[in-house]
Amino acid sequence: MFRQAKNGKLMIEILPDKCDFCGCCVGICPEDAIELKEAEIFIIDERCTNCAKCVWSCPIEVIRFNKEGVVV
Amino acid sequence: MLKTDYDVIVVGAGPAGSIAARFAAEQGVSVLMLEKDRDVGYPVRCGEAISKSGVEEFIPSNEKWITSHIDKFSLNSPDGTEAIIEFQDAGYVLERRIFDYELAKTAAAAGAEILTRAYVNGLIIENDKVCGVKYEYRGEKKEIKAKIVIGADGVESRVGRWAGIKTHIHFKDMECCTQVTASNINADSNTLYFYFGQNYAPGGYFWVFPKGKGIANIGLGVSGMVGKKKSALSYLNDFMSENYPTAPILTSIAGGVPSTVTLEKISAPGIMLVGDAARQVNPLSGGGIASGMIGGSIAGRIAGEAIKKNNLNYILTYDKAWHDRLGKRHEIFERIKNGIYNFTDEKFNKIAHSFNKIPKDKRTLGRLFTTALINQPSLLVDVAKVFII
Ligand SMILES: Cc1cc2nc3c(=O)[nH]c(=O)nc-3n(C[C@H](O)[C@H](O)[C@H](O)COP(=O)(O)OP(=O)(O)OC[C@H]3O[C@@H](n4cnc5c(N)ncnc54)[C@H](O)[C@@H]3O)c2cc1C
Ligand code: SF4
Ligand code: SF4
Repeated sequence: MFRQAKNGKLMIEILPDKCDFCGCCVGICPEDAIELKEAEIFIIDERCTNCAKCVWSCPIEVIRFNKEGVVV
Repeated sequence: MLKTDYDVIVVGAGPAGSIAARFAAEQGVSVLMLEKDRDVGYPVRCGEAISKSGVEEFIPSNEKWITSHIDKFSLNSPDGTEAIIEFQDAGYVLERRIFDYELAKTAAAAGAEILTRAYVNGLIIENDKVCGVKYEYRGEKKEIKAKIVIGADGVESRVGRWAGIKTHIHFKDMECCTQVTASNINADSNTLYFYFGQNYAPGGYFWVFPKGKGIANIGLGVSGMVGKKKSALSYLNDFMSENYPTAPILTSIAGGVPSTVTLEKISAPGIMLVGDAARQVNPLSGGGIASGMIGGSIAGRIAGEAIKKNNLNYILTYDKAWHDRLGKRHEIFERIKNGIYNFTDEKFNKIAHSFNKIPKDKRTLGRLFTTALINQPSLLVDVAKVFII
């Protein structure tokens, strides 16, 4: 899925290959914008406001900023 | 074959969910517990330490899931000063993979049905009341009705939000954790080791919890605020390369601990929240197994009673029942946490030095906190309450 940068704001990218599916970011996300299954994770684009709280909370550096719009 | 509706549906089969399911089923009402993962109890995202009393309120101790018996705490300040506190029969380091499974079995024995690989992705809401769940089972979308839904879906809980309860955690209150289970670790198998300070885990602590035979859970939690500058993973990598560069790593996990007070609201029409989903973790220690089971037991019992009384509004008494049992205590623990986790390295060192001057047989956890708080008189009142209540 390709996510376009919104209004020039930074975009958030999850690297599913590195993710441990621990749910820390899901608990943090104020917008209920992260969907987490047993071994599957993605950002629900319409809800994400790019607040970056999930980036700071991921214990193992799996979520990061991306300026261009990213492949999730 | 599942029924088309249940009295109670529990979402999530962790310790809080299993105990809630069991206590509800023990009242003779119909209970279904849904778990998204393939196995109950796996993967384990936990240091696995628990007090003996925390276990035995719900299940008799059993060597099958006890890896080590703890009778000492070793608290290490940034300059390497070790303060040791001894306890008789303090608790255990568990094998949660087996423990969680055994808890689920007690729910099943009480009559609860359990289904794994069932991912709950929404609620059925009618007239502002929760009356069932939507879920995905092996790729198929399904729905099932319930008089009461209990959200036991852990730190990643979304069930509460879907019901309109405000549940998201401020990132400063989330302890963002990572841990390895490693072999060839030189640690006393009856001691829990804690390390404090800027180098180990600012705004949290670093732990080494032994599991016997040279195996230990080694990990840390830092506040989301800290993660902005340096992640939990980098702290763990630093510690391992300095102390155990060649230790074989058996498991590595990430996880989040909501280290704060319980949510303002943990029940609403048709819905109750328990365990991490309700933020029932002890905010000072980050321990949530025992407190989650306590939350689960209260909610399960009240849910069963509400069905039997045919008065679903009765579930709203859960908030107060939890608050009286542990919620109030957690408010005090949170204030202490906010004091302690902001200490500078010098202050941690000073505390360890003064504590070690106390005669050995008088070194208790209470004394430690008192020593810690000598320069923080406002917190002394809170600490006193913890040890008096
Ligand atoms: C690194 C780390 C170390 C810890 N160390 C300790 C410790 O030493 N001692 C201690 O007491 N506590 C510790 N904790 C805290 C403890 O692990 C938790 O508080 C405890 O597991 C909470 O139990 P629970 O039943 O509420 O949730 P969980 O054990 O997280 O169970 C929730 C369950 O719900 C399932 N689920 C989630 N969403 C859905 C969905 N949509 N549909 C279906 N199922 C779903 C999950 O798969 C999971 O099985 C630690 C936590 C971490 C992260
Ligand atoms: S950036 Fe903010 S809104 Fe978007 S997924 Fe992360 S926490 Fe949620
Ligand atoms: S916090 Fe990081 S590791 Fe955990 S689920 Fe989110 S992206 Fe994955």
